[in-house]
Amino acid sequence: MTKLLKSRELLLSGIILLMIAGFATRADGFAEPGNLVNIFNDTSILIILALAQMTVILTKSIDLSVAANLAFTGMAVAMTNAAYPDLPLLVLIVMALGIGALLGAINGFLVWILQIPPIVVTLGTLTIYRGMAFVLSGGGWVNAHQMTPTFLNVPRTVVLGLPILSWVAILVVLGMIFLLTRSSFGRSAYAAGGNPVAAIYAGIDIGRTRFFAFVLSGAMAGLCSYLWVSRYAVAYVDIAAGFELDSVAACVIGGISIAGGIGSVIGAVLGSLFLGVIKNALPVIGISPFAQMAISGIVIILAVVFNARAEAKKGRIILRDRATAEVTA
Amino acid sequence: MNAVAPMTNTASLAVETPILEMRGISQIFPGVKALDQVSISLYPGQVTALIGENGAGKSTLVKILTGIYRPSEGEILLDGQPVQFSSAQAAIDAGVTAIHQETVLFDELTVGENIFLGHAPRTRFGTIDWRTINARSRDLLRQLESEIDPTIRLKDLSIAQRHLVAIARALSVEARIVIMDEPTAALSRKEIDDLFRIVEGLKRQGKAILFISHKFDELYEIAENFAVFRDGKAVGHGSLKETPQAEIVRLMVGRDVHDVFPKITVEIGDTVLSVEGYSHPTEFRDISFELKRGEILGVYGLIGAGRSELCQSLFGITRPSAGRLTLDGKPVEIRSPRDAIAAGVVYVPEERGRHGLALPMPIYQNMSLPSLAKTSRSGFLKASNELKLARQYAERLDLRAAALSVPVGTLSGGNQQKVVIGKWLATQPKVIILDEPTKGIDIGSKAAVHAFISELASQGLSIIMVSSELPEVLGMSDRIMVMREGLMAGFYDRSAATAEALVRAATGNA
Repeated sequence: MTKLLKSRELLLSGIILLMIAGFATRADGFAEPGNLVNIFNDTSILIILALAQMTVILTKSIDLSVAANLAFTGMAVAMTNAAYPDLPLLVLIVMALGIGALLGAINGFLVWILQIPPIVVTLGTLTIYRGMAFVLSGGGWVNAHQMTPTFLNVPRTVVLGLPILSWVAILVVLGMIFLLTRSSFGRSAYAAGGNPVAAIYAGIDIGRTRFFAFVLSGAMAGLCSYLWVSRYAVAYVDIAAGFELDSVAACVIGGISIAGGIGSVIGAVLGSLFLGVIKNALPVIGISPFAQMAISGIVIILAVVFNARAEAKKGRIILRDRATAEVTA
Repeated sequence: MNAVAPMTNTASLAVETPILEMRGISQIFPGVKALDQVSISLYPGQVTALIGENGAGKSTLVKILTGIYRPSEGEILLDGQPVQFSSAQAAIDAGVTAIHQETVLFDELTVGENIFLGHAPRTRFGTIDWRTINARSRDLLRQLESEIDPTIRLKDLSIAQRHLVAIARALSVEARIVIMDEPTAALSRKEIDDLFRIVEGLKRQGKAILFISHKFDELYEIAENFAVFRDGKAVGHGSLKETPQAEIVRLMVGRDVHDVFPKITVEIGDTVLSVEGYSHPTEFRDISFELKRGEILGVYGLIGAGRSELCQSLFGITRPSAGRLTLDGKPVEIRSPRDAIAAGVVYVPEERGRHGLALPMPIYQNMSLPSLAKTSRSGFLKASNELKLARQYAERLDLRAAALSVPVGTLSGGNQQKVVIGKWLATQPKVIILDEPTKGIDIGSKAAVHAFISELASQGLSIIMVSSELPEVLGMSDRIMVMREGLMAGFYDRSAATAEALVRAATGNA
């Protein structure tokens, strides 16, 4: 199955390359390195959030509150920057990580201690966090002219040919690979989702593992909140509305099993890039903005169907074995 | 029960013509012959008791009768005509109905819906005919001498009442053959009496009943005939009234068991684990025993006697409500599996798929999962150490796999079992609890597992072995604890243990 996963990742890379080539025939310069760097930079935030989401999904949970967390934390950070322009950027970033992690910890606490299903918890906190963003801002906006130049410019600064935003995403990818393959937290996450009962028997505290997955997810949402607000140079209640679904879609396209326990960082990154390429290509090849959302949706469903079929095939083989075992004539 | 009268005639003819006859039935699974040339006849108006140890093939027979399995060999005759139960529906159509051990009903549906689910009567317009459902449900329940309201939800009923609903459901199809699979397991004495009145009523209606139970006193009360299965073979049948209980037990157990097991005589050392007054709110009470170095303690009992629950509690999955544990002379408290593993107590669960392994994960990661503290370096996982550990135990257990990095799910059942055992041995435990170590594996592999258990004991490990198989318990254990209904029902030294004594202690038949 490792081989199958690897080949699936290869397949997904192939599809992404084909898409780029295809779009390049319709739009000059689409496959130019400069444009590809742009697409990657555009997708950076999705990559980070998808990796956070993936960690949660691995433990057989889901975090629907990431985008609301992003909106609230982004608002808090932007307002702080507007009110105290002298505060160093590093303090603001630490603050973003901290608030995000705290909101994630609330999710994790409800899932761990109160044993509420993750989808219910995060559906609730999704509304709460966005509502809190509204309360905090009173419905107002923080605009570019209220933010300090450092706040706005650092993520766009180009270092070694890539904006810092992209470098942050690359660092997060490397960090997540390390965390999931080399730390006992990562192993616990895979085990908790792969077979929760066996994990308990092996001495793993599933509740605690899920809690930390939610904290991580929240912290990443906090990080993304700063990146988002500085990139779009505006903070308001509705930023990143619906983005939690993109993060889940990226995971599913990337072969992360929604049932937990299966998936790789590379898969989630490819899933994000897949969505990123489509979102960048549709306007360029002249598809009406009204149709764009529908088309993205159709593509997501197609990808999921493709993935589901790949998993179903495995299931069918097992069933067939069992059937022959039970009804050997 | 007005419709009974014409049918009693058939009952009087019963003795010669069975309603249903199974001839030379075999059921072969890969590597296991679950049933080997068994024949059994069911007569109208009579109860046939099906007796045998766990794993003797009773459930397989029930599954064949209800159309879930198709037999590899043999024929089924219904009223003398050969029939084939190609599906569960075909068996129902032929008039076979089963009331299972754990009744499969729906808590959130009403009693009437439960009774008629899947064959609900329809109105002229094709919608569900509630009036008929409720009226017929009331009739069926009244036949069972019960006044349960068909419109209340199942979840509001007691266990015994649910049983009645299950029986009513079985009778809602025109059944002629009723299979009752341990129907009394969850019932009190009074409820059992009520059930037996129902069974007598079914007899009078001329139905043939196959009654599976471990409790001899009940069988003698209700059944006319018996059939004993052992290791998938029918080893005896006849009239129960004319057969003494001792003879039935002898048929069940069958052979002299001590010789075929590769038990190594081991020098028994000091006490390693001592359990005092261990209790659980619902599953077991006041369990005390000592386990010595190199000793194999067999734990025998019927399903539901609380054996697995006791072991899970010793391993920290559930917390005891009372009791003390002493390990190597020092009091310990085990509050979680992590505590147990750290203290050197490990548990190899019965269902390896559900409890033992994360199937999508590689072999070596499954093996190292409880030992990560040992294989990691400064808090980070070290794959080379994990692989080394896995390789060591894979060799020791003769694990056959293409590579240790392939997912466990790709291995055969026997090899998966080895991964589970290897994973626990790798923690270097003092006490290892084996829950039904040979359940569902073929005879050849069983011998290998037994040899391995003996070897572990000879290396100084203390072993608690839960088993429902008498030969295994008798053949492997140094001492045997019998449990019945959550209590200790007896302790036997190897030399004093006999199959008859264990069965008597486990079933509570003096």
